[in-house]
Amino acid sequence: MNVILIAVIVLGGIGLVSALVLFVASKKFAVHEDPRIAQVSEVLPQANCGGCGYPGCSGFANACVKAADSGSLGDLNCAPGGKAVMEQVAGILGLQATESAPKVAVVRCNGTCEARPRQVEYNGAKSCRIQQMTGMGETMCGYGCLGGGDCVDACLFGAITINPETGLAEVDESKCTACGACAKACPRSIIEIRPAGPKGRRMVVLCNNKDKGAIANKACKSACIGCGKCVKTCEKFEAITLENNLAWIDPEKCKMCRKCEEACPKGAIKGFNFPPRKPKAEVAEAAPSAAPAVPKAEAVSPEAKQD
Amino acid sequence: MKTFKLGGVHPAENKLSAGSPIREAALPKQAVFSMFQHIGAPAKPVVKKGDEVKVGTLLGEAGGFVSAPIYSAVSGKVNKVDVALDASGTRRMAVYVDVEGDEWEESIDRSTDLVKLSDHPELDAKTIVEKIKNAGIVGMGGATFPCHVKLCPPPGCKAECVIINAVECEPYLTADHRLMLEHAEEILEGVECIMKAVDVKVGYVGIENNKPDAIALMTEKAKDHPNIEIVPLKVKYPQGGEKQLIDAVIGREVPAPPAIPINVGAVVQNVGTAYAIYQAVMKNRPLIDRVITVTGKSVKNPSNLLARLGTPFQQLIDECGGLPEDTGKIIGGGPMMGKALVSLEVPMTKGSSGLLIMNEKEARRSEPDPCIRCAKCVSACPMGLEPYLLAQVSGLHDWETAENNDITSCIECGSCQFTCPSHRPLLDNIRLGKSTVMGIIRSRNAK
Repeated sequence: MNVILIAVIVLGGIGLVSALVLFVASKKFAVHEDPRIAQVSEVLPQANCGGCGYPGCSGFANACVKAADSGSLGDLNCAPGGKAVMEQVAGILGLQATESAPKVAVVRCNGTCEARPRQVEYNGAKSCRIQQMTGMGETMCGYGCLGGGDCVDACLFGAITINPETGLAEVDESKCTACGACAKACPRSIIEIRPAGPKGRRMVVLCNNKDKGAIANKACKSACIGCGKCVKTCEKFEAITLENNLAWIDPEKCKMCRKCEEACPKGAIKGFNFPPRKPKAEVAEAAPSAAPAVPKAEAVSPEAKQD
Repeated sequence: MKTFKLGGVHPAENKLSAGSPIREAALPKQAVFSMFQHIGAPAKPVVKKGDEVKVGTLLGEAGGFVSAPIYSAVSGKVNKVDVALDASGTRRMAVYVDVEGDEWEESIDRSTDLVKLSDHPELDAKTIVEKIKNAGIVGMGGATFPCHVKLCPPPGCKAECVIINAVECEPYLTADHRLMLEHAEEILEGVECIMKAVDVKVGYVGIENNKPDAIALMTEKAKDHPNIEIVPLKVKYPQGGEKQLIDAVIGREVPAPPAIPINVGAVVQNVGTAYAIYQAVMKNRPLIDRVITVTGKSVKNPSNLLARLGTPFQQLIDECGGLPEDTGKIIGGGPMMGKALVSLEVPMTKGSSGLLIMNEKEARRSEPDPCIRCAKCVSACPMGLEPYLLAQVSGLHDWETAENNDITSCIECGSCQFTCPSHRPLLDNIRLGKSTVMGIIRSRNAK
């Protein structure tokens, strides 16, 4: 009886003292966390991709709440979440969502197996970074896609794959969130995060080769040789700049006229998501005979010929 | 017989060209002198298109203290100063010279008479180092570290001995072996020069005992040099690694980086470097040529060529019977540490010790299998590292763990990958980890 009582008293006493210590500590060392941080965190995708520039989603939530205290979300943008998530975040914080143009990753290399023949064979470890340490890689282009798939491994959304036919990395626009993980993983900095453009339309120089024209041309049939024809074509808008023998289209200035695409002798400039071009003959004939000559237009159509 | 303590492997020696005397390679039609022939800052071109140059004319001046000047190895006209593909597989600045005749700068003594250091007491340590620096001499074993830097010990360090690396532990290569057989006396004079430059009284020449003729000849000739001892070593790769050689010859262990051999009192130079130093100090001759082994099982005539720097590799192969039909891979250097070339237009540089042509069967790597945790790589590693772990964490981009496990100590000898029964690309991954971790350390120190 006595033994049981002592045990109960001692244990109960220890319990009480500990409870008191914990109570005091919880009051004294309490860290006040803004409840909005947890709320914001909840609506974020929790991919922890780091595309926003913060370490994970909680870091981004923290930054959002801090920015909200100063009145605006500024440049903060969750790329994978997109507009929907940013609107929710703004709603929680009692702000208007800032409109940010959707972006997308673009693989700036068009050196397919035909255009850029493999001169040597690499059979070391399957990694672009390791292959890059050998210098040229398999082709004589020191700037193009190595096809080792480091970007594929880096993508958390399964948006990038290596096409076995071309040997190049390809971006699935519907899945790409423009988080930039692939761009960081690429040892040759081929992948660029660009504004997706109106209706997803954009003009891109699909080359990263900074060698002089002759060397670039020898290495790859579709390399930018820095001839500057596109720059001349675009004199009016000044959207194209030529630096280190490589043209670059400024997405802010580009008017999507697609003249540069025609001007490029190497086919290094490509328009994305444009409707297919009409054949030239048809365009020339159809233009003057818009309304009256309906039968003529019919006569040109292939079906009519078959009949 | 002495050797280093930790790890090591025994690759097949295949010294096919050991019996073939050094012969001079023909002059190329156009020589290309890369400005990146050494570790450190690149040389700065000082010539321009149209300039007339002779053998020994300065083409590029040193770009800093850890750098070396580049001299023309041919006479003729500068065609252009432009980028050129080099053995590292990148395009870098180089001087192209169209060869005309073979005119030498008058200051160079081209006679073959032996000039002894003891006959020239006016040459003091400072003059010798200055001459070596001006001659553009770099480590000729393949590491191409500017030679004069090693001869200027940092404050607080004192050299106690000079060790000459005549191990030539890479399979196939025989350039150093032939050099010793044909120029033993000059090499020993070169060693004397190094010893005088760093003010030490003891010199060792470490030679693996698969070269008994070289050991016998060098021992015979070293009788005139009481301070120089010839040390025969048990054959084991990578004995030619600086740290392994110090361990083998004087039994001292160089601590982990940033410690360097001078911290244990050793100055290590390659035997080819010693010969080049002799020529620079005694004959006023800058580094313009070197011996290169062109070899391979299918090569018609495996040879040791004395070739001018800037000669395209294609020409050297042509001189040894042309490129065999079953060529699978061409390696600049030896099979263990050399690097596969992407083109034969690549010119010879100061560090080109060999040109190995592998046939298709040898060239192909086996498909890697999963690691079976046999720890063969751990017992093979001469630096006492855990290669399987370093390769794994490098593959996972876990640079912190890699650094904590001393990835920067790796000497990239390839013993781990050579010994791996699963054919795992261990060194590929470790190299990536090492270069990344070293970058991280550099940026951290810069802060």
